[in-house]
Amino acid sequence: MSALFKARKVIDFCLHGSRSLSQLAELPETHQLLRQTCRDFADRELAPIAAKLDKEHFYPAKQVKELGAMGVMAIEVPEELGGAGMDYLAYSLAMEEISRGCASTGVVVSVNNSLYIGPILKFGTEEQKKQWISPFTAGDKVGCFALSEPGNGSDAGAASTTAHQDGEEWVLNGTKAWITNCWDASATVVFATTDKKLKHKGISAFLIPMPHPGLSLGKKEDKLGIKASSTANIILEDCRIPLNNMLGPRGAGFKIAMQTLDSGRIGIASQALGIAQASLDCAADYAHKRTAFGAPIGKLQAIQFKLADMAVAIESARLLTWKASLLRDAKKAFTKEAAMAKLAASEAATFCSHQAIQILGGMGYVTDMPAERHYRDARITEIYEGTSEIQRLVIAGQILKEYQS
Amino acid sequence: MSGRVLVGVKRVIDYAVKIRVKADNTGVVTDGVKHSMNPFCEIAVEEAVKLKEKKLVKEVVAVSCGPQQSQETIRTALAMGADRGIHVEVSGKDYETLGPLQVSKIMAALAKKEDAQLIILGKQAIDDDCNQTGQMTAALLDWPQGTFASEVTLDGDKIKVVREIDGGLETIKINTPAVLTADLRLNTPRYATLPNIMKAKKKKIANVKPADLGVNLTSRLEVLKVEDPPQRQAGMKVETVEDLVGKLKEAGKV
Repeated sequence: MSALFKARKVIDFCLHGSRSLSQLAELPETHQLLRQTCRDFADRELAPIAAKLDKEHFYPAKQVKELGAMGVMAIEVPEELGGAGMDYLAYSLAMEEISRGCASTGVVVSVNNSLYIGPILKFGTEEQKKQWISPFTAGDKVGCFALSEPGNGSDAGAASTTAHQDGEEWVLNGTKAWITNCWDASATVVFATTDKKLKHKGISAFLIPMPHPGLSLGKKEDKLGIKASSTANIILEDCRIPLNNMLGPRGAGFKIAMQTLDSGRIGIASQALGIAQASLDCAADYAHKRTAFGAPIGKLQAIQFKLADMAVAIESARLLTWKASLLRDAKKAFTKEAAMAKLAASEAATFCSHQAIQILGGMGYVTDMPAERHYRDARITEIYEGTSEIQRLVIAGQILKEYQS
Repeated sequence: MSGRVLVGVKRVIDYAVKIRVKADNTGVVTDGVKHSMNPFCEIAVEEAVKLKEKKLVKEVVAVSCGPQQSQETIRTALAMGADRGIHVEVSGKDYETLGPLQVSKIMAALAKKEDAQLIILGKQAIDDDCNQTGQMTAALLDWPQGTFASEVTLDGDKIKVVREIDGGLETIKINTPAVLTADLRLNTPRYATLPNIMKAKKKKIANVKPADLGVNLTSRLEVLKVEDPPQRQAGMKVETVEDLVGKLKEAGKV
């Protein structure tokens, strides 16, 4: 082996060994290029129409298709199945940049990647992956995730939607609530109880195409924010599906849901980062331009302290999100870090968007500036895919386990 | 016609950035400012990649002249579909005085070295707006040129170019090898796809020095001063055409 070849092997080993640390300080070149590409797309294609999408509650079908062509709708999916074959750090970066342009488009991307494709990629058979993932990579079809019900959100184990076997079919009955994407989706992952007596261990996961007999949609919710994505109930009335539409083993539904949400939290944390960053961008730009008391307001300490606090909140949440992504990519346990990331990022989003309106003053309260939309979009990030309260329970649970003697 | 296409890509200050003049009036602030590929170069790359997808050319080589950071611009071209890159390293004082004459000498030398049959450039760069490199390169090589191209059709060993000119559109037919410069409406550049971004990592970027190509970088131009354009003055309204003519005469304009 030549000396040069040996030296390169050592360098490669060092770089890979310290990969996690160096990546937190500076992203690898491919990820930088990916981030820049997504940022350009968000700046040119999403940001200019975001206000209109919000006002008209208009699903960005064209942009979702363009994102599909770029590979963004199926980032983790291997290339053979039609995806981009990249890692979760790439997903987090893409999510943040897209959400920075339009938070509604961000949630469409997140739900498709993490909540719909995610569990099928992890728990599906090869046949299910071909049938239920490949057609959902190009952006023309998106999926959704139906776990919550009118009677239970945080209490996911109390699912009352039922599934019983009738011959060669499963028959599902019940109502799912708050389902993102459902009016624009072509399939859904649904959680229903197959054995009520086993409580949360009796829940199973199913795949249902949309539209489908026995599956109907409730009216679209009129939400405070992320208005361009549809949210509604999914109603199942004697909805019949083939036996091999069950995802994963019988009774594994709760486990599938919880593991899926772990990854989904990285997606939502990234969405929240995008909203927070957009708020900071808006506020800092305004601080340069708006004058009061004879100088730009950026010269005033009160404004400076706000900007600093916003930047710290975003950067710390971002590093938590990247760490969770890197742990997941290294196939290490990441439940605690993902919950921390989602908690920190969503609270950063609400904080930053709140402060951005404050910095903009009256202009922050009107639709001429995007600050009010960021404020409305940010709010949901503390609620869906696990409320901030649930995140605290998850984190505390992990900590107490660590300290058990 | 099959063969090699050279595409020039220039790293410029991003079009969305607000340009600020340096305090000493020697140039504009570039430190810490966002840079990206010149928009017309993006259109050039897109056209070259499209020609390759139609199997009308064999290989697309992206070329950039500049400091280390120019490699990022080449990487973007690779992610859009170029096959390999050539980074002509120019830095420091040489980079500050690098202009169309030096770049066209480099492009001409590379065209000969790489046995290129087509050179596609952006019509101009958005920082200096020179609109000279394509024309100079063609002259140095004694090749025909199709500038301000809004439509390019390869036809055997000839190229039909529809050019955007002041009077409208002009269609010319030129022989190959040739130099083309891309105008705005030639195409809409694609966003790099994630799989292509991954593949770009494996594509080669060769490092070349201008001296290796026998090119002298000495500039014949000296920048004396760079300053902001004058502040726009308020206009005034007049009631009649007579008033307008009167005011123009007063100002010595007619």
